[in-house]
Amino acid sequence: MSTALNSERSAILKQNRASRSERLLRAVRTPGGAVFVLLTGLLATIIVLNPSFGEPGSFIRFVGRTAPIAIAAIGQYFVIVAGEFDLSMGSVVTMQVIVAGNLIRQDDSKVIPVLVLMLVLGAFIGLVNGLITTLLKVPSFIVTLGMMLALLGLVLYWTGGAAQGNPADSFRQIGRGGIQDVPVLDIIPYPVIILTAAAVAGFVLMRRPYGRMLIAVGDNPSAAALAGSRVWWVRTRAFMMSSLSATVAGILLVGYAGVHPSVGRGYEFTAITAVVLGGVVLGGGRGWVLSAAAGAFALESLFTLLNFMGLQATWRDTVQGAIIIIAVAAASRSWQRKRKGASSAAHDEQHQLAAAPTPAEGTEQGGRV
Amino acid sequence: MKQRASFFQRLSSTQIVYLVALVTLILGVLLVNSIGRSFFSPGNISSILTGTSVLGFIAIGQTLVILAGSLDLSVPYVTSLASLIAAGVMANNPNNVLSGVLLTLGTAAVIGLANGLIVARLNVHGFIATLGVGLIISGFLATNFKGSFGETPLAFRLVGATGIGPVPISTIIMLACAGLAGLLLHRTRVGHHLYAVGGDIAVARTSGIRVDVPVITAHVICSVLAGMAGLLLASRLGVGSPTVGSQGGYDLLSIAAVVLGGTLLSGGKGTITGTLGGVLIFAMLDNIMSVMQVNPFLKDVVRGVVIVVAVAVYARRRIVSRPERFPAKGSVETPAAQPVPVEGP
Repeated sequence: MSTALNSERSAILKQNRASRSERLLRAVRTPGGAVFVLLTGLLATIIVLNPSFGEPGSFIRFVGRTAPIAIAAIGQYFVIVAGEFDLSMGSVVTMQVIVAGNLIRQDDSKVIPVLVLMLVLGAFIGLVNGLITTLLKVPSFIVTLGMMLALLGLVLYWTGGAAQGNPADSFRQIGRGGIQDVPVLDIIPYPVIILTAAAVAGFVLMRRPYGRMLIAVGDNPSAAALAGSRVWWVRTRAFMMSSLSATVAGILLVGYAGVHPSVGRGYEFTAITAVVLGGVVLGGGRGWVLSAAAGAFALESLFTLLNFMGLQATWRDTVQGAIIIIAVAAASRSWQRKRKGASSAAHDEQHQLAAAPTPAEGTEQGGRV
Repeated sequence: MKQRASFFQRLSSTQIVYLVALVTLILGVLLVNSIGRSFFSPGNISSILTGTSVLGFIAIGQTLVILAGSLDLSVPYVTSLASLIAAGVMANNPNNVLSGVLLTLGTAAVIGLANGLIVARLNVHGFIATLGVGLIISGFLATNFKGSFGETPLAFRLVGATGIGPVPISTIIMLACAGLAGLLLHRTRVGHHLYAVGGDIAVARTSGIRVDVPVITAHVICSVLAGMAGLLLASRLGVGSPTVGSQGGYDLLSIAAVVLGGTLLSGGKGTITGTLGGVLIFAMLDNIMSVMQVNPFLKDVVRGVVIVVAVAVYARRRIVSRPERFPAKGSVETPAAQPVPVEGP
């Protein structure tokens, strides 16, 4: 028993003390790391096919174009890693776009109040989703499905199903404008700045106690509850972040796409695809927030690549479908291989950082305090 | 209050579904009568039952898949594809009806087999596997078909148009399929295994069940039933359409109907009868709102609210469904250490 433990522990030790490059290599082999390799490969292929894509100016515009879906993917990540779904995301995007178009109109003075109203609305929808899921014990799939139908119905009822006027230009600038006259890049679009802020915030949040708790809740809610976490509140906040991120995506999309009831349709499935492509496991408890964002970029650059290759736009769906099946099948194979491995603990890359005990010399108890 | 709670607890979820359906029915009768029309006129009953058939086919299949612990989001695309194949092969020639039907159902079965193999063999979550397969078909449809396609012969169109009294033939076929699915679930080995796998796949595997078989079977049947729905739509419309399935939103609506029918979304618990009740509730709601001339966009709002409220009602009672293992008071923590529990005076 003790020898088995010791050998297991020494294997973990060896992993933790491995050189930085070795650890990086190992991280790349996880589903969450592989998406970065995929992304790099795709971008490289695009640049080979179309060298002008690699120019800083046009590349930063690509990042800006992808920002809304990447932000939505970051929001969806929080919900998925907590073991839930948010299908209402697309309807939230549509609702916010319509709200912006109908309330701001051409009045610059209304931009700030409506912006605040949209964020409050977004947080409120997330709160409702979360509370019904956690307190009334309705599966989130059903809750957010109901929310999706109800929100979309209300929005279309309100607008009569027709397109409305665009809001004031100062509002649209958030989505389409940027900081001009930057030396190398020419322009830094505001979406890029917002995306960077969202990614940094997500990254930091997942390293804070709340993020750890979120993953624990997604992995095993009853264990997390027994360990003293308020599961309902942890999950509800994840839903609120998801709706808020959909709100931000909506604000950016007003700048790009204008106001139309079809903006945001299917966004929930695209966001889920991006998250899953980033190696995040449906059912919760596994995955990295930046991998989810990278999944969105990989998806978008795949579409760009297909465009350059001259494939009809209608094949997009087919490619998207094939790619998620392949990605998830590959990811589940690699998780399985690890589970079945002879010394599973030593090979479980995702867990070694969090769960590896720090061995204390000469004791049987390891680093348990 | 307490008595009502216990009465509520004693009902099975299927009984609650039909209780909700009854409430909907009474509400419908009151509302429809209030504007001076009859809820029970043959025309209205026929229109409600017609409304059940397409969603019914898909929801029966979806029940099997959900019971096995998976999901099927590819059904609307299978339905569209089926309507296209049927209308395309038949091409307004009555001699081609049989081959059209067989080819359609065969294609649907192959898609279902692909779904099942991806879920069971490649260990891909049902949500992703069927979303992916659905997207693949959707891309194929969007690329190759721009509008309606083919034409179904009159003989085939009659299937969707006629009925015995107020009961449409399509509903009878749907109920027959429901009966067969019920037999499969309750009288065959695969059916019992389906419940076992959906309840806990690890326990099922260690109990010696080949866990792949029920999952694949459920997916194949689900796709074939979605193909039947496509055939029915082709017979009603007279043509095949590449968007007929996705416009109906059958993927999410069928899942909602199944869950409304008291089936657990996580699998392993539920009945076909309950699903039929869920479909009936949806059809009655739709009918009432059409008769009342509710704005079509508000219909979706009502649907969304009803789904969430109804499932919230079931979820409240479904939490404790088996007898307590330990007495509520007394030595709960260490029953073994205290062989003689000390009772109060």
